[in-house]
Amino acid sequence: MKRLILLAISFILFTCESENTNGGTLRNITVDFEFIHTWDGTVIDNTNLTTTTVTNENGETMSMSRLRYLLSRFQLLNSNGDIYGFNGYKFTDLSDITSYNFSTNNFIIPSGTYTLKFIWGFNEADNITGAYPDLNSASWNWPDMLGGGYHFLQLDGMYNIDTTPSPYNFHNGTARVSTNPNVFEQNFVEIEFTEDMVLSGNATIKIEMNIAELFKNPNAWDLNIYDTPLMPNYDAQKMMQQNVESVFSIDEIFQ
Amino acid sequence: MNKGILLAAVLLFLSCSSDDQNGYEPTPMPLEIPQIFSENIIAPIIPNDNPQTVEGVGLGKKLFFDTILSADGSQSCASCHSPQSAFTDNFATSAGVNGIAGTRNSMPLFNLAWNYNERFTWDGKELSLERQAEEPVQNPLEMHSNWNDVIERLQTHQEYPQLFDLAFNTSTITKELTTKAIAQFERTLISANSKFDRYSLGIETLTAQELNGLDIFLREDKGDCFHCHGNPNNPLWTNNDFHNNGLDATFTDLGLGAVTGDPNDNGKFRTPSLRNLVYTAPYMHDGRFTTLDQVINHYSEGLQNSPTIDPLMKQINQGGVQLTDQEKADLKAFLLTLSDPSFVESNN
Ligand code: HEC
Ligand code: HEC
Repeated sequence: MKRLILLAISFILFTCESENTNGGTLRNITVDFEFIHTWDGTVIDNTNLTTTTVTNENGETMSMSRLRYLLSRFQLLNSNGDIYGFNGYKFTDLSDITSYNFSTNNFIIPSGTYTLKFIWGFNEADNITGAYPDLNSASWNWPDMLGGGYHFLQLDGMYNIDTTPSPYNFHNGTARVSTNPNVFEQNFVEIEFTEDMVLSGNATIKIEMNIAELFKNPNAWDLNIYDTPLMPNYDAQKMMQQNVESVFSIDEIFQ
Repeated sequence: MNKGILLAAVLLFLSCSSDDQNGYEPTPMPLEIPQIFSENIIAPIIPNDNPQTVEGVGLGKKLFFDTILSADGSQSCASCHSPQSAFTDNFATSAGVNGIAGTRNSMPLFNLAWNYNERFTWDGKELSLERQAEEPVQNPLEMHSNWNDVIERLQTHQEYPQLFDLAFNTSTITKELTTKAIAQFERTLISANSKFDRYSLGIETLTAQELNGLDIFLREDKGDCFHCHGNPNNPLWTNNDFHNNGLDATFTDLGLGAVTGDPNDNGKFRTPSLRNLVYTAPYMHDGRFTTLDQVINHYSEGLQNSPTIDPLMKQINQGGVQLTDQEKADLKAFLLTLSDPSFVESNN
C-alpha cells in the first residue's frame, strides 16, 4: 500500500518534471541505500538483538546473539537498459548501527525508472580468499576446506529456549558438494527486485531484511535437525540459499 | 655513555634552537608493519594526538621498566609484563607491591595497536592504551602509587625532564604525557614472526600433524576455534571480542557484565590471542589452566553451561566437541606454531 502511494507520488513528480523540461530532459540525482532489519515486522537492532525472543516458522523459540551478513554488487538498471553499478560491499554487524546502510558516496545517476539488484554474499569472481583486509580483520573468512572466500551470513543463538536451550550456528557461504576430491558449489544469490522505482530526485532506497524469512520460505527450517554444524552440510547450505530469496524487500523510497 | 650523548644532544639542541624554541619536532617513527599484517588486515590504530616518535618510544620504554612508578620502588610494569614471557608473567594472578594477589591473570602485550575496538583488559573496561596505563600505577593491588607522587618523582629526577622535553617539547611532566609515552612503547611490541607466519609467507613448511591441527581448528564439526580466535587471514589470532567460553556455571567474576551492567554480558571476557602461548601460561582470565592440554580438554569435554554461554560452544551437554586424543595432540601442535621466539628474544 505504502509502496503504491510512493510510486504514485514519484510518478507525479516525474511527469511534472518532464513537462517542465519540455520532453523528458533528465536530472542528475544521487542515490543511497538504507536498511532496517525486522523479525516479521518487529524492528531488530543493536538495542534488542540479544534480548528479543522470537518464534520461527517451525515453532521453535529462539534468541539471537550475533547477526552479521554480506551484500555486494548493488546495481540499478533503468528502462533504457543502462546499468549503474556501485563499488564496494555492505558488511553489516547488527550490533553496530553504523554498519547498517550502504553508501554509494553520492554516486550520480540520471533520473528515471529503475529496478534494483544486489548479490547475497560474493559472486564467484569476488569471493576470493583473503582479498579484503576489512573482512579479514572481522574474521569473516570461510575456511579453504569448504571452498574458501568469506561467510555470507553468521547468525548464532539458542533455540528451544523455553525447554532445553541448544545452540545454533546458522552460517552461510560456499557449499561443499563432496570431499576426496573436494567439489564446491557457488552459493551466492542474485537478488532482483521486480518493482519499478521512479527516481526523480536525490533518492534513498529503504530496504527491509526480514530475518524470519531465513527460517520460512520455501524451507520451514527445523533447528532440531539443522542446528550446528551447518557449514559443511551441503543440504543446509542449499536450503539457506533458497530461503534467502525472500528475505529482502524494498520498503520505501525517500526523495 | 648513552646518557652523556643524550645530554650532549640536548644541550646542542637547546643552544641551536634558542632562537627558534618551537622549531624542534621529535623524530617520527611510524610502526613497522609486518608483511603478514599489511597483506591481510587493516591498518593499526594510532591516536592522532599521540604519534609514534623515536623519543616518545624511548621514554616509554624507560618508564615501562622503571620501578619509579610504584609506591615503594619495588615494581615496574615489567614485573608483571616481562619480555621473556611475551610481556606477561607466569603467575595465575599477579601480586602487587603489597604482595596481595589480584584476581586476574596478567595479559601478554603485543599487537596492541591492532585491537581495533580499543577495549583493553580482560573485561574491556579500559578504552585506550593511554588510559589503561593510568590504572596500574594507582591500583592498590598493583603499583599502589598515586599519580601526584609519581609526577613529582619524575619531575625531580635527573634525566626524565629532559627526556620529556625531547619527546613532547616540554619538560613539565604530566600524567597524560607519561601514559602517552608508555602507550607509544607498547604499540611497538609487535609479534609477527612465528613458524606459522613464515609458513603463510611461503618460507617454512608445517608438519602433517601441525596442518591437521589447523584443520581441526578451522573445522566447524571439530574444534571450531576460528570463529573467535582468528584464522590464517586474520593473523592476530583473536577477534578481540567478548565471549563466555563455558568456564563456569556461576560467576565469581562477572567480566564484561560488571563493566556494562548488562546481565547478558556476565561471564564474558575478551578473547586472547593464541600467539606466544608457549610463553604465556597459565591461561584464562584467572590463570586456572597451567597447560595447553587442560585448555584443549576444557573445549573438548569440560564446558560448563550458563545462561550467557556463547552459542559457538557446541555439544554443551556432553561438555564440548569431543576431540580424540590424536586430534587433541594435533590441535596442540598447531597452536604451538603460533609462538614467536624472535619476539621474546628481541625484546630481552
Ligand atoms: C601487579 C601486576 C601488574 C603490573 C605491575 C602491571 N600490570 Fe598490566 N596487567 C596486569 C593484569 C592482571 C592485567 C589484566 C587486568 C584486568 O583484566 O583487569 C593487565 C593488563 C594490562 C594491559 C591490557 C592488555 C590488553 O591486551 O588488554 C595493558 C596494556 C597493561 N596491563 C599495561 C601495563 C602497564 C603499562 C603497566 C605499568 C604502568 C602495567 N600494566 C603494570 C598486571 C599488572
Ligand atoms: C566463542 C568464542 C571462542 C571459541 C569458539 C574458542 N575460544 Fe578460546 N577463548 C575464548 C575466550 C573468550 C577466552 C578467554 C576466556 C576467559 O579467560 O574467561 C579464550 C581462551 C583461550 C585460551 C587461553 C589463552 C590465554 O592466553 O589465556 C586458549 C589457548 C584458547 N582459548 C584456545 C581455543 C581453542 C583451541 C579453541 C577451539 C577448540 C577455542 N579456543 C575456541 C573464546 C573462544
